[in-house]
Amino acid sequence: MTRRVVITGLGVLAPNGNGIEQFELALRKGKSGFRHNEAMAAHGFGCTVAGVPEGVEELAEAAFDEELLLAMNPIHQYASLASLEAWQDAGLERPDPADETVHWDTGAIMGTGIGGMDTIGEKVVPMVNANKVRRLGSTVVEQVMASGVSARLSGIFALGNQVTTNSSACATGVEAIVDGTARIRAGKAERMICGGAEVPTVYSWSGFDSMRVLCRKFNDEPEKASRPMSASAAGFVPGAGSGALIVESLDSAQARGARIYAEILGGGINCGGHRGGGSMTSPNPEAVRRCIGLALDESGIDPGEVQAISGHLTATGADPREVGSWAAALGRGPGELPPITSTKSMIGHTLGAAGAVETVAAVLMLDRGFVHASLNCEDVHPDIEAHAASIPQELREMPELRVLMKAGFGFGDVNASLVLRKWDATSA
Amino acid sequence: MEATEIQERVIKILTPYVKDQAALASAGPETNILEDLKVNSARLVDVVLAFEDEFDIEIADEDVDTVNLVGDCVTLIGQKL
Repeated sequence: MTRRVVITGLGVLAPNGNGIEQFELALRKGKSGFRHNEAMAAHGFGCTVAGVPEGVEELAEAAFDEELLLAMNPIHQYASLASLEAWQDAGLERPDPADETVHWDTGAIMGTGIGGMDTIGEKVVPMVNANKVRRLGSTVVEQVMASGVSARLSGIFALGNQVTTNSSACATGVEAIVDGTARIRAGKAERMICGGAEVPTVYSWSGFDSMRVLCRKFNDEPEKASRPMSASAAGFVPGAGSGALIVESLDSAQARGARIYAEILGGGINCGGHRGGGSMTSPNPEAVRRCIGLALDESGIDPGEVQAISGHLTATGADPREVGSWAAALGRGPGELPPITSTKSMIGHTLGAAGAVETVAAVLMLDRGFVHASLNCEDVHPDIEAHAASIPQELREMPELRVLMKAGFGFGDVNASLVLRKWDATSA
Repeated sequence: MEATEIQERVIKILTPYVKDQAALASAGPETNILEDLKVNSARLVDVVLAFEDEFDIEIADEDVDTVNLVGDCVTLIGQKL
């Protein structure tokens, strides 16, 4: 029999709130995390608005000792802080660095889209170009190697199972959760820290600005800049953040009496093969529908049971097609789509962290019975006018919410999706 | 510069890298940096760079290999000053 897998811990750094309690409040209030970004303005970006979590360095200084802090760059801080919150939220004890015990049944899949690009841009390239290689020091390699993001967690939590960093652009965070779930289902681990992290840096965001996919029309009104599903959507707003989930076998969670938020009923991962309208930068709609279908198939539920959707929905021209794909995959006609919302309307596109931060939001919505507003789409895009009633312009309390789908669709034509079900007395 | 002052500044530089803070309290010339203070060996590179900045000296790579004890650091730095 297939092992059941549940979520027992959550952690988050988001532009509109750090920590799950602040984040939930922000989601409920529809609090925007966008501010004018001076670095983008100084470097001549067309878009000068971004979503950046506040006070991350101070949080890191409070959480980690000096030796660790000397080795951590921002991407390590982001990934580690969200993971620490999730670990403790799951009721797990933070290991003493002097304790030699290794948790052989616990691992991490902590992804990133672009990783330590800030360190590369601010330190490695300038110092190498100035012929100061010997002064780079010992920490540069671990800070810029993609796997450093997850390897750091191994040291903090004494992880002895698989520890790896996945990278699938904007699908990264959801993919990490799907892959971690599969590992636990297969009996190869009991629990995994799954998630994603992305740091704020002009070096990562510059290419997107040059592609003209960042919003340039609302620089004077940051809160209005991210407009998923809107007729006036003008591109995505870059964001930074991190999300972490403790994904655990039901057996393990029950054995230790852990609080369970939700069950991961199914997950799907695929790629569109850059065919059928798909390319490096746009999704093959058939692949998107199939990916949603893969998660539904594994879940064993009827598509009609899905009561809410946390979409990928970035505020680009791809939104109407995504909404169409959801309707097709779930077999819903006009007016039949469940509430569909975009967390990016409040926090922007946190790239490799997006799927993780937004799944944390999704789990909070399931656990606490609400669907947050999708901001800035009073003017619903004409192509999806038929689904306008499904887009929550304001917070919707939904105490009856039990089944929610979350997906992430990324550059490279890669997709990942999840079916989550609230854990309650009837679940066991 | 007096050896005691160099040692004081060496220990201050080592402090954030020391995993056994208790051993630091009794550190002296015979204290082994890796074995007694449990400094991660990879971080010796950063410690040497910090010595260079603190004392405005240059330490050659082959000199780094001679550093095992706190006293070795003090001797090496004293020679460069």
